[in-house]
Amino acid sequence: MSIAISLNEVRKSFGPTEIIRGVNLNIEKGERHAIIGPNGAGKSTLFHLVSGRYNLSGGSVSLNGEEISNLPPYEIYRKGLSRSFQVTNIFPMMSVFENVRCGIMWSKDYKYSFWHLVDRERELNERTQEVLAEIGLTDRQHVPAGVLTYAEQRALEIGIASAGGADVIMLDEPTAGMSHSETDQAIALIRKITEGKTLVMVEHDMGVVFDLADRISVLVYGEIIATDTPENIRNNKAVQEAYLGAEAEHA
Amino acid sequence: MFELLFFSLLNGVVTGLLLFMLASGLTLIFSMMGVLNFAHASFYMLGAYFAYTISTYVGFWPGLILAPILVGLVGAVVERYGLRHVHRWGHVAELIFTFGLAFLIEEVVQFIWGKDTKAYQEPEVLQFALFNFFGQDFPAYKAFMLLISISIFVVLLLILTKSRIGLIIQAAITHPNMTAMLGHNVPLVFMGVFGVGAALAGVAGVIAGPALGTFPGMAVVLGPIVFVIVVVGGLGSLVGAFVASLLIGLLQTFAIALDYSVNDLLMLFNITTDADSALRDLWTLSLPQIAPLLPYLLLVLILIFRPTGLFGKRET
Amino acid sequence: MSNISSAQSAPGSSLFKVFRPWIFLAVLLIILPFIFSSGISVYTMNLMGIFIIFALSYNMLLGQGGMLSFGHAVYFGLGGFMSVHFMNYIEYEIFILPMFLVPIFGGIIGLIFAVIIGSFSTRRAGTVFAMISLGIGELVAASSLIFVAFFGGEEGVSGDRTMGPNVLGFDYATDVEVYYLIAIWAFITIALMYMFSRTPMGRMANAVRDNEERAEFIGYSQRKVRFISFCASGFFAGIAGGLFAINFEIVTEENLNALTSGVVLLMAYIGGVGFFIGPIIGAVVFTLLQTLLSNYTEIWQLYVGVLFVLTVMYAPQGLTGILAMHLPVIRMKRVGPLLMPYLRIGIPTIICLIGLVGLLETVHHVRSMPADQTMMSLAGLEFDTHSVLPWVIMVVFTVVGGFVAKSQAPQFREAWEEAHAPVSSDGGSAK
Repeated sequence: MSIAISLNEVRKSFGPTEIIRGVNLNIEKGERHAIIGPNGAGKSTLFHLVSGRYNLSGGSVSLNGEEISNLPPYEIYRKGLSRSFQVTNIFPMMSVFENVRCGIMWSKDYKYSFWHLVDRERELNERTQEVLAEIGLTDRQHVPAGVLTYAEQRALEIGIASAGGADVIMLDEPTAGMSHSETDQAIALIRKITEGKTLVMVEHDMGVVFDLADRISVLVYGEIIATDTPENIRNNKAVQEAYLGAEAEHA
Repeated sequence: MFELLFFSLLNGVVTGLLLFMLASGLTLIFSMMGVLNFAHASFYMLGAYFAYTISTYVGFWPGLILAPILVGLVGAVVERYGLRHVHRWGHVAELIFTFGLAFLIEEVVQFIWGKDTKAYQEPEVLQFALFNFFGQDFPAYKAFMLLISISIFVVLLLILTKSRIGLIIQAAITHPNMTAMLGHNVPLVFMGVFGVGAALAGVAGVIAGPALGTFPGMAVVLGPIVFVIVVVGGLGSLVGAFVASLLIGLLQTFAIALDYSVNDLLMLFNITTDADSALRDLWTLSLPQIAPLLPYLLLVLILIFRPTGLFGKRET
Repeated sequence: MSNISSAQSAPGSSLFKVFRPWIFLAVLLIILPFIFSSGISVYTMNLMGIFIIFALSYNMLLGQGGMLSFGHAVYFGLGGFMSVHFMNYIEYEIFILPMFLVPIFGGIIGLIFAVIIGSFSTRRAGTVFAMISLGIGELVAASSLIFVAFFGGEEGVSGDRTMGPNVLGFDYATDVEVYYLIAIWAFITIALMYMFSRTPMGRMANAVRDNEERAEFIGYSQRKVRFISFCASGFFAGIAGGLFAINFEIVTEENLNALTSGVVLLMAYIGGVGFFIGPIIGAVVFTLLQTLLSNYTEIWQLYVGVLFVLTVMYAPQGLTGILAMHLPVIRMKRVGPLLMPYLRIGIPTIICLIGLVGLLETVHHVRSMPADQTMMSLAGLEFDTHSVLPWVIMVVFTVVGGFVAKSQAPQFREAWEEAHAPVSSDGGSAK
């Protein structure tokens, strides 16, 4: 029962092309797990399959021992899995404050209530301020989210995903397109919000991966070719050939 | 009975092909630009009014050519200076814009031509009965409408399948974002398609004006029906639009021709009904009565059970 | 961006600040009939109240929930028909019920139909939703002409609002009494709709509007969020319909057809769908145009059409959006420097408009009047439409006014930008 997410022979095809070709993976509770792999390996697709954005073509996914295959995203979220997106996916016309607050509402059990006035819910608003402070957007809370800078939007993206206090947080390339200093801040932020939680992340920046991850899975052409500690992955022959080698050639 | 079926069939096909002239333009515009043009039937109305005005000076035949060209120009101007401007605010804004345009065109038509029905008539050479079948006349003008509709259909088919521009349009329908990459001037293609779509609607107006009446409400009468057709046929499918046009055309003519009521149906089962009950309207409900409802009923059912439409591949 | 900025209450702000706009609204509603006491103004204000509720309910869909409906009159009209039937039940003493409660039944029938139709139409937003709403709208409007027993056919159904038990001496024999009935209902429903927008449900309606996909990843089913908004919207539209029935004592097919659906879209959009008060302003402006403008000109609908299309093209945030653009300037007390540029561009624009309107009216007069009636009066001026001078004056007004206004545009833009220039990035009232 210490397994947070378990993927069993997960497959996904778009028309005739099979993108995910039988992935088996167990992620333990409290673990920080990174999924790496070359472009087009299917990392984001795998995320979409776990979080309910896509339906599986085969196999099954379970969360904390409970089957979640093909459930709609909101059901999966309610079972304790929250995620961010690679392409910033926020509520652009609403204020930053509202963005974060909406991310908290379900976890505070408001559901579809139309008999609570959000501005009067002290605990909800205090928690919102906490999250805003965490992601460093307290000063910007009244601005419509659509006008934030790119780095701020990325921080908000992580904030929305973590605000509800889900046990399992999946981050899809949280530092994509960030400068060095921004990346350092992002790493600190991710460390902070995933304290005592399970983190699954897709990341291209190897610095971030080796800094944060307890274990790493390498996804190549829809298959996981290795899952191990960062140290062992670094020395894994197959990985070097399939992935790091390819990267080195490009460089 | 046979002559009833025969004439209903013929009338249904005439109506259906007429509807297709509108639906084809609407489908092309939607497929390429993603805009469901609410004002499409307004171009049809403009076609009728332009042709009427032209016919008062130089007769029917020049209007048949000139009016659609004028309507096409109006359409191109609307695309260039209206739609393209609104485009940046998204599809909902575009839909609202075309909705407002439909409202405005109706007002402008009333301003210019007044509220009454115009005496726009078929040319005298066509004012005779082509043939007589079981004592019922078939007017030559209807045959003319049929002829025009079929020719336009054939020309459209040839252009779309055989010509270069047709291939570009087809490519744009299936891969809306690809054409730009192939180096075509997309804004110009859009303007052209919008103009041609409007012109097609204009042709429909020119030939339908004398038969169905030229009055400021003619767009409102036909507009929603054309919408039904493109949605039922499947948004973006020309084949679907064709089938749905004929389907709706036949549905409407047959429903009007076959005078059966719920009462008749119940009589079959020997059930009698109370003529004074609050549900009396239900018992006396007859096919001709519900004829105007049928397209919308079909629309709602299709949208619930098959949102892609009969032939559509993509759901909006 | 979707609320009255002044009613924004951070936790802990004083109660008075929260209630200030509502007290203002209540006082305004009470004293209005004393200021505008003529028959036509009371008639106009009654219609305004009804349209305000109707337009606000529409904006729960379009502005708050991102659902473009072309068939919202269905719920308004059905609410109206149900209410007028209830008025008749009261008259024939089938029920004993004070008249002022009748709109509730309008609301309930609106809610019931919204539940039925929303159960399938809210599955999708965007074009599919718009098309279903159009189809349902046409379907119900066409059905209403068939089912004569309930809808009364072409003539509609009429009732008598003076029946029923007399509460506090109100028997609604005069329009002013009906005014207060509508005002009370308007106050309650405006408050309820505003509060709805400030509940978790209302917040999520905005979230789904902004990004329906992401809403699902924070625990909410987009379909259910839309469905609940849709039901609430149908309920309030039904109440508006009920008030319409009481006010006019007749409801016809026209109240649920595409025209009325179009009018409510127009009101909400002209007012500004991005703001809670937008539809209120839209309803007020539209009613004024409808009742006042139609006294002076036959082609008022043409002007409304032009206004609508111009709004969609150049002011997608509506009239409220234009007003809101001035808030930062007012807050920074920089109205002064803008005054001159405004006059310099405003006066020629008005001259141009006078010329244009004059031309349109004169053309309309020439075309619609018998050929021998060449004299017309416009804004108190009598002139002969067949003489050259009036035409020349109007054309000169239009061309010169337009030209001067255009030449002033760059300077105006400069002044405008200067007035806004060092706006700090706190984004004003947006929240």
